[in-house]
Amino acid sequence: MAEELNIMVAGAAGQGMQTIGFVLGKILVRGGCEVFAVQDNESRIRGGHNFFHIRAGRKPVMASAMPLQVLVALNQESIEKHRDEVEPRGIIVFDSDKCTVPQGDDRLLGLPLEQMAVDKGGNRLFENSVAIGAVLAIVGWEFKRLEDFLEGYFATKADTAAGNVKAARAGYQWALERATKYEALQIDFAPSEPKMFITGHEAVALGALASACQFMSAYPMSPSTSILTYLAGKADDFDMVVEQAEDEIAAVNMAIGASYGGLRSLTATSGGGFSLMTEAFGLAGVMEVPLVVVEAQRPGPATGLPTRTEQGDLLFVLHASQGEFPRAILAPGTAGQAFYATIKAFDLAEKYQIPVAILTDQFLADSYFTEPRFDLSRVSMERHLLTEEEARGAKGYKRYLVTESGISPRSIPSAFGLEVAADGHEHDEYGHITEDREMRRRMVDKRFRKMKSLAREIASPRLMGHPKAELLLVGWGSIYGPLAEAVGILNRRGIPVGGAHLDELWPFPSEALSRILQGARRWAVVENNCTGQLARLIQMEIQMKPDRAILKYDGRPFTAAEIVEGFTGEMEEK
Amino acid sequence: MEIEAFENPSPIAWCPGCGNFAILGAVKQALADMGFKPHEVILVSGIGQAAKLPHYLKCNFFNGLHGRALPAATAIRIANTELPVIVIGGDGDTYGEGGNHFLHGIRRNANLTLITHNNQVFGLTRGQASPTAEKGFVTRVQTHGVFLTPMNPLAVALALEAPFVARGFTGRARHLTDLIKEAVAFEGFSLVDVLQPCVSFDHVHTFQWYKERVYDLEEAGHDPGHIDGAIQKAREWGERIPLGIFYSNPEKPTYEAQSPVLSGGPLVDRHPDPKRVEKLIDSFF
Ligand SMILES: Cc1ncc(C[n+]2csc(CCOP(=O)(O)OP(=O)(O)O)c2C)c(N)n1
Ligand code: SF4
Repeated sequence: MAEELNIMVAGAAGQGMQTIGFVLGKILVRGGCEVFAVQDNESRIRGGHNFFHIRAGRKPVMASAMPLQVLVALNQESIEKHRDEVEPRGIIVFDSDKCTVPQGDDRLLGLPLEQMAVDKGGNRLFENSVAIGAVLAIVGWEFKRLEDFLEGYFATKADTAAGNVKAARAGYQWALERATKYEALQIDFAPSEPKMFITGHEAVALGALASACQFMSAYPMSPSTSILTYLAGKADDFDMVVEQAEDEIAAVNMAIGASYGGLRSLTATSGGGFSLMTEAFGLAGVMEVPLVVVEAQRPGPATGLPTRTEQGDLLFVLHASQGEFPRAILAPGTAGQAFYATIKAFDLAEKYQIPVAILTDQFLADSYFTEPRFDLSRVSMERHLLTEEEARGAKGYKRYLVTESGISPRSIPSAFGLEVAADGHEHDEYGHITEDREMRRRMVDKRFRKMKSLAREIASPRLMGHPKAELLLVGWGSIYGPLAEAVGILNRRGIPVGGAHLDELWPFPSEALSRILQGARRWAVVENNCTGQLARLIQMEIQMKPDRAILKYDGRPFTAAEIVEGFTGEMEEK
Repeated sequence: MEIEAFENPSPIAWCPGCGNFAILGAVKQALADMGFKPHEVILVSGIGQAAKLPHYLKCNFFNGLHGRALPAATAIRIANTELPVIVIGGDGDTYGEGGNHFLHGIRRNANLTLITHNNQVFGLTRGQASPTAEKGFVTRVQTHGVFLTPMNPLAVALALEAPFVARGFTGRARHLTDLIKEAVAFEGFSLVDVLQPCVSFDHVHTFQWYKERVYDLEEAGHDPGHIDGAIQKAREWGERIPLGIFYSNPEKPTYEAQSPVLSGGPLVDRHPDPKRVEKLIDSFF
């Protein structure tokens, strides 16, 4: 029995890797495994080379790992590209009608996927199910698990369900006849508490709905589009309008308008789109209109690598827009963190009347995580609006009243018979344009007074690994999974290493991080970018410099092994 | 409602004698005539001299970014379909920086009224040519005189089948007030392009220049029910310049009417229960 399995489904775009991977992942999670899955796609709709990499284990997994135990190769190229990644005892399932394979490699297991789909299921499209069936036999699970899944999945289409089940059974039987050989590739089926199988962006979308977000506007851009799509599909049932804007400028100005109008609103984009949104990001800042923006990073500059990943926009988002104004930046590292970060973003945006950016990236957006049930009791529905009583008491409502906390009484247009101002100029307390020196100073101070209490809302970095470690790895955002695992590996090797993960980046958790770093003898940042943006931010805020930076910027996410390797190369005593 | 209800003592930053004052007066009069209270209307604007108008009366207002009033206004409307939303901008603001939003605002056909102060210049940035500037207009930027074809906003709007297209003139205040009232009462995207001569930067298209040329479409017997006839009138410019309603099509369904969610009453009055998300969470198991 294996403790852990790495399964890869590879082929050309349009061949259905996503479906095979998703179904396998879902069945494994239902069977009590922890599953993490990444998607690797080229920027094209058909053809090219894509893969879906599932890692399943008995213990939590949050990053990919090598070598592979099972490769499902849907075309010739996939065999050639990934053959060397399959361990000697592993197995390569492929379509024997479509690929020619070298003699003498006994890992190869060809079956006529498409032919079997036609013969048994009656439809060539069911070839995915043949492949899934074969893999399930290889990992030693009962067919019933797959049958139940397919019947549930195609609950509304009985014929499709039946056809897929037949095709899957054929693949299953076929592989089962050879299954004894693969003892080492079998993983325990052990029911446990049910878990969710969910991507980072699905979690963001759920977080938005849980926060009663009622408006989203966006212009499609990878990898942010999945949020738009998910919410568009649910909008009708959730009293929500989802609008595809004509461009990102319209998208963000719409989100600000909806928010002024009284709705919790959202926009999502990637770096290029956020570049277009920057002026309005500042508009929300000076207007003090709540705004939540998801900035799903991908490698830039300009169009960069559209379907790949990078943590390259931290300093950009931190400095986005002209002038100075308070903002918050959250950078969740897992689907679970993404869900709660989104809820927090909506709350902070309304409580402090500021723009809040949630930094995700392609790796977090499209990866599947295994998560315990999301807890809706953590949703804050406090709107932080002027109450009727307060409105009655207010003589001459001042939308931008200068207050001790820096937070002015926010109302929505027409509520309680008041006129509500929103202005992007510097303004007086009523929201009217002013160029008065004193008023300008008072307004800037007023806005920045919010930072004090806002800073107290920011969580301390999440610590992992050895509690008294003198060697420390520091990362942010989507690096969480690979970092946590790398720290675990090093500790198991007897190297006492700690990790610190920042998922709330601004206001910067200066005190907490200083304390953590002061306890370390040597520390390194681990970042998915070329210049070490977190390292620069740390230097800027607390004047501490890392001993090393473990950086990756090839458009691919870190694996734990790569961080371990980076660590041993750079950090271990020389 | 008395017009005084909309008075607001803010100091006005327009040049003395500017046509903007007439538009401000017409907006206030129209709102008062229609019986609105100040807290019952929302004015949305971008940046420019014209776009400062919402600061000069009492109302809810959203004064955002240069060129970006329309998207904000559309979403404000989506948030609360019960409040009339009036968008105010200059021609640079609306047709230049905001050109893309102008096209798509018309396509969306939300129930908005767009009033454009069309003076052929950028006033606030001191006299550069706007997209509607006529050929030959010499400025410190267009040093050889404008040689681009001027944009014809009415014809563009009609090409996109905007359901209400009208033109006013600051020299005819009563007529302008009536146009604004019709536009605000109209269900759908209504455009009132207002000829507003700039006394500081355009010495060709003066008040007098327009006065000698404008005529009333209604008096001339124009039928606003036909888009082809409207386009023909929209293309008329020079010796004679038509004013009034070019086109009106109350049958065109609005954004609000077509959105299944918005038909259920103002979104802002609904309070979705987070617990409904439990069902979605279930689907991830
Ligand atoms: C993004 C951006 N670009 C440029 C400007 C500068 N700007 C302010 S108003 C304006 C043009 C105003 O012209 P118009 O809309 O015709 O209004 P008017 O002042 O003539 O009433 C420009 C270019 C700005 N505020 N923002
Ligand atoms: S610059 Fe021209 S349009 Fe602007 S306020 Fe002065 S006169 Fe009026």
